[in-house]
Amino acid sequence: MLEDLFKMVKDRFNDEKEEQSQAKAPEIPKDLLFKCPRCQSVFYMDEFEKRKKTCPTCNYHARLSAKERLDITADKDSFKPFDENMTSLNPISFPDYEKKIKGMQEATGLNDAVVTGECTIRGYRAVIGIMDSNFMMASMGSVVGEKITRAFEYATEHKLPVILFTASGGARMQEGIISLMQMAKTSGAVKRHSDAGGLYITVLTDPTTGGVTASFASLGDIILAEPKVLVGFAGRRVIQDTIKQKLPDDFQTAEFLLESGFVDAIADRRSMRKTLSNILRLHNYKKIGANWQHG
Amino acid sequence: MSNLTATQHLEIIREKNRPTVNDYIPAIFNHFVEFHGDRHFGDDAAIMAGIATLNSTPVTVIAQVKGRNLDENKKSNFSMPHPEGYRKALRLAYQAEKFHRPVICFVDTPGAFCGVDAEKRGQGEAIAKNIAEFMTLKTPVISVVLGEGGSGGALALAVCDELAMLEHALYSVISPRGFASILWKDPSREKEAADLMKITADDLYSFGVCDKIIPEPVGGAHTDPAQTAENISEYLISAVERLSKLDIPTLLDNRYKKFRKIGVFSE
Ligand SMILES: [Zn+2]
Repeated sequence: MLEDLFKMVKDRFNDEKEEQSQAKAPEIPKDLLFKCPRCQSVFYMDEFEKRKKTCPTCNYHARLSAKERLDITADKDSFKPFDENMTSLNPISFPDYEKKIKGMQEATGLNDAVVTGECTIRGYRAVIGIMDSNFMMASMGSVVGEKITRAFEYATEHKLPVILFTASGGARMQEGIISLMQMAKTSGAVKRHSDAGGLYITVLTDPTTGGVTASFASLGDIILAEPKVLVGFAGRRVIQDTIKQKLPDDFQTAEFLLESGFVDAIADRRSMRKTLSNILRLHNYKKIGANWQHG
Repeated sequence: MSNLTATQHLEIIREKNRPTVNDYIPAIFNHFVEFHGDRHFGDDAAIMAGIATLNSTPVTVIAQVKGRNLDENKKSNFSMPHPEGYRKALRLAYQAEKFHRPVICFVDTPGAFCGVDAEKRGQGEAIAKNIAEFMTLKTPVISVVLGEGGSGGALALAVCDELAMLEHALYSVISPRGFASILWKDPSREKEAADLMKITADDLYSFGVCDKIIPEPVGGAHTDPAQTAENISEYLISAVERLSKLDIPTLLDNRYKKFRKIGVFSE
């Protein structure tokens, strides 16, 4: 993730290099800076980190790795992972897909684009799933589909709530029709959990699009979204090509969805643990253990 | 097994005179009454829906409408539904459940419409909701892919007990054009994409996604629309009879398992 951010900053700085050198701007090591992709303001990385990677100017909530998200969400040492070793095969013999997966695994330390498991949040037990956009833009193939399905089935069996932090570029094209079917598989498991009376909270994070938006990300009993994140079905470029005109800046943001009636609330990352645990409490889930002091 | 490549199938389903639901509905069903609107926003002509009899059994019919010419295509938005189309489909699916009618869906779309209004009205939510609700709809659901089944926009009418495909139909995660556009930034390479993507009826049968391949006359459906309709009809009558024998819990359990088992991974 950080590499991506740095790269983004570097790319932007490279674009501006000439301009800068002419203006004789003071030399600041680029890796110490973060430039917000939403409002373009630049600030020190440590300030950005202190704010849990949110923009001090516009409050855009930047992308987190699954590990970073887990660390700021679950009670310390409470997380028990599911299906850690599940890995993708190559159902349509797509050229170089295995190689791609292997490379991503080495780069991210993840087996695929979602981490699932059980944890407590301020003492409340929940099944949790976190998608990580560093892994092939968190596209959904067999592994994402199967892990999310199993997480819901486990939650149904154990009468637990499910909290999913979604992020995705959509279905994983390299798995062809098999990836499309994951939309049905996951949605079926969500429906069974719902019919059994289970609570499902979706937290839409940057960016949630395509087949994930058109399946489990839109099926939460309660749908929260982080500020300024991108959420939509079709890609911005595809729409722009279709309608041949420029789209407004706030199109497909969390705020756009709130106004259109498709999310329940915008939720700030820095109070997410409180928001989630409060919702769990209001659904009569009982607190267990007391190991939740750090937040 | 057909010996054609995906590209050759693509050429056949792009035939100007390939029959559409406008040809098939009158040929397969009797007493068709069309119902309009989603009761919330409007009526979407990209999806036609209503009730009819199939071999004297009342059924609900939900169909994506490919136009036969430019005028028809303009009206039906080239068979790319908006959210209100999917919501009309769901409204009539619930109605079918209430009155114990089997649901027959015809899939024929390059994908759900991508546009500002579609986003604003929740295209993703509309598709997601159909997928989840069809999964537990307490009546038999049969989907038939007639031509092109593209992405979530097709799946929203394809969560079913049995999925059939016409012999030359294609069903894919994204249209070959979209695939080429994303992968190679060149939509004109759609034929190359089609051959790579494993999207023919035979491919989907081998993946366990397609349950039945309905034969087309030699050369394709357009060479003999009446015979094609007859083949579809014959399949539908047998499928309705077969599925109606199951009690609802078994039907729903089988439907869940049909999708539950799809995935290729190691652990
Ligand atoms: Zn900002």
